[in-house]
Amino acid sequence: MSRALLSVFVFALVVAVLAYVPFIAGSYGITLGIGMLGYVTLATAWALFSGPTRYVSLATVAFFGIGAYTVAVFSENMAYPLLLAVAGAIGLAVALVVGLATLRLAGVYFVIFTFGLAELIRQLVTWYEVNVTGTLGRYIFLPVTPEGIYWQLLALATTAFLISWGIGRSRIGLALKVIGDDEVVASHCGIDIARVKLALFAVSAVLITLVGAIQAPRWTYVEPTIAFNPTVSFLTLIMALLGGANRLTGPLLGAVPLFMLFEWLSANFPNHYSIILGLVFIAIVFVLPRGVLAFVEENWRRWRKSGVKNLPAVAE
Amino acid sequence: MSELLTINGLTKRFGGLAAVNAVSFSVAKGEVVGLLGPNGSGKTTVMNMISGHLPPTSGTIALGNETISGLLPNRIALKGVSRTFQLVRGLPSLTVAENVIAALAFGRRRLWGDTARLEALSRLDEVGLAHRANQLAQQLTYIDQKRMELARALALEPELLLLDEWLAGLNPTELRTGIELIDTIRKRGVTILMVEHVMDAIRALCSRCVVMNAGRKIADGPTAEALADREVITAYLGDAHA
Ligand SMILES: Nc1ncnc2c1ncn2[C@@H]1O[C@H](COP(=O)(O)OP(=O)(O)OP(=O)(O)O)[C@@H](O)[C@H]1O
Ligand SMILES: [Mg+2]
Repeated sequence: MSRALLSVFVFALVVAVLAYVPFIAGSYGITLGIGMLGYVTLATAWALFSGPTRYVSLATVAFFGIGAYTVAVFSENMAYPLLLAVAGAIGLAVALVVGLATLRLAGVYFVIFTFGLAELIRQLVTWYEVNVTGTLGRYIFLPVTPEGIYWQLLALATTAFLISWGIGRSRIGLALKVIGDDEVVASHCGIDIARVKLALFAVSAVLITLVGAIQAPRWTYVEPTIAFNPTVSFLTLIMALLGGANRLTGPLLGAVPLFMLFEWLSANFPNHYSIILGLVFIAIVFVLPRGVLAFVEENWRRWRKSGVKNLPAVAE
Repeated sequence: MSELLTINGLTKRFGGLAAVNAVSFSVAKGEVVGLLGPNGSGKTTVMNMISGHLPPTSGTIALGNETISGLLPNRIALKGVSRTFQLVRGLPSLTVAENVIAALAFGRRRLWGDTARLEALSRLDEVGLAHRANQLAQQLTYIDQKRMELARALALEPELLLLDEWLAGLNPTELRTGIELIDTIRKRGVTILMVEHVMDAIRALCSRCVVMNAGRKIADGPTAEALADREVITAYLGDAHA
């Protein structure tokens, strides 16, 4: 009980300190904070679905882009809070349709499909803008300050974190554990596996959509290649995997150092950024050859097991 | 007596193999029926189709007046069918209590929190496992895992309980306790279909037996008669002495 109280206290303290940052940080600090909070939220939301289900999704930027584009399209005709609500609703609708159609796909088919989905949406938006609107790019003029964006993202990151924490303690969290152990037993216990996965996918997608929507005003100008840049999906994935997608704080622990690294790289090696990025991806996968997720998971399991009882370690 | 389970022309093919071939039988409410047959005769496959784990190739399964064949296991579980598996399936990373809570939380009563916990403990007590409630399931012995699996199946409050060789591997004392336990469950009004090789248990518990061989039903009747059937004796002896 005292440990739980302590974590609550630490959590509240961290959020409070982060909320205070804009008062002391310069504009560069706020920009950095926005990027970091954005990726922490993306990675946490990604892990919310992909951690327990082991479905590797590359659709992150599909939803992120939907959020950003919704804001760009409706920014002149809607009040700001409504704008966010509409973005979230569109993200939810797309997630439900896509989830119903694809959650029966397993393994690599799901990965490919989600990657294709992001590209498909980008192409659709491009086609629409070119053929119907007649312009490719859009300007976003909204009276939102960088501080405002920062605080909104902090609130969203906190929400994502609390949702993730709450799920771990709820009925759906137990369902996920049961599904993770044995899907056959899960369905024989009355668990509707497809529905649990769909619900999780939808929650994750809405959070990701909102990140895009909140960050959009930072760009002032958007076009499909900016809003639907596949790097966002890959970065999110690698951050969540590096930290450990099955731990509450895993995505956070992966997102912060990797974001700093990529920030530093793009500032110091702007021309070779993509190459170095690729090398970092390869290095992470190479150092953990059996897949980052499997590695992290295995160690997590082993650590947890040995905490309870000394089992012989799995032979390497 | 009204029929609880009605199976009609049930067939399952795995490639060219007809593991279950046009099997029909029924189980009345409150009955304990043995499903017998030599190894590989298709008993587990029948169980798998009833619980929804495998879809039938053809034929129908009805629970009361409702057709359940073709439904997913979670739907069938909620209609009142629960089971144990021949190769015991615990949820290794959960505690023993959580294994049972899983069935309580998503089963027909949707219990959660302290209510679920108390109920899980009383289910575990029933199978003599309450003292292990907080251990991880993977730490249990094989026999205790079987007990836990039964507690989990009972937590779903089934009308029809499917037991796939639940008594296999028990020593004589455990066997006696096991038989008494199944009898208690029967007295509560739960209908039971059990696959079993332990003859003493079959004679003690089953009023009727359905016997299969090579995917087909070869006998169906009161236990003593079914076991005395010529074809049944040939099937068993042929198998046992092979
Ligand atoms: N999923 C499957 N895929 C392919 N063949 C299967 C499958 N399940 C069972 N079989 C085959 O179907 C036949 C019947 O198997 P089943 O497990 O139903 O027999 P059983 O009567 O339960 O035997 P036992 O007494 O050994 O448990 C066997 O030949 C088995 O190899
Ligand atoms: Mg069997």
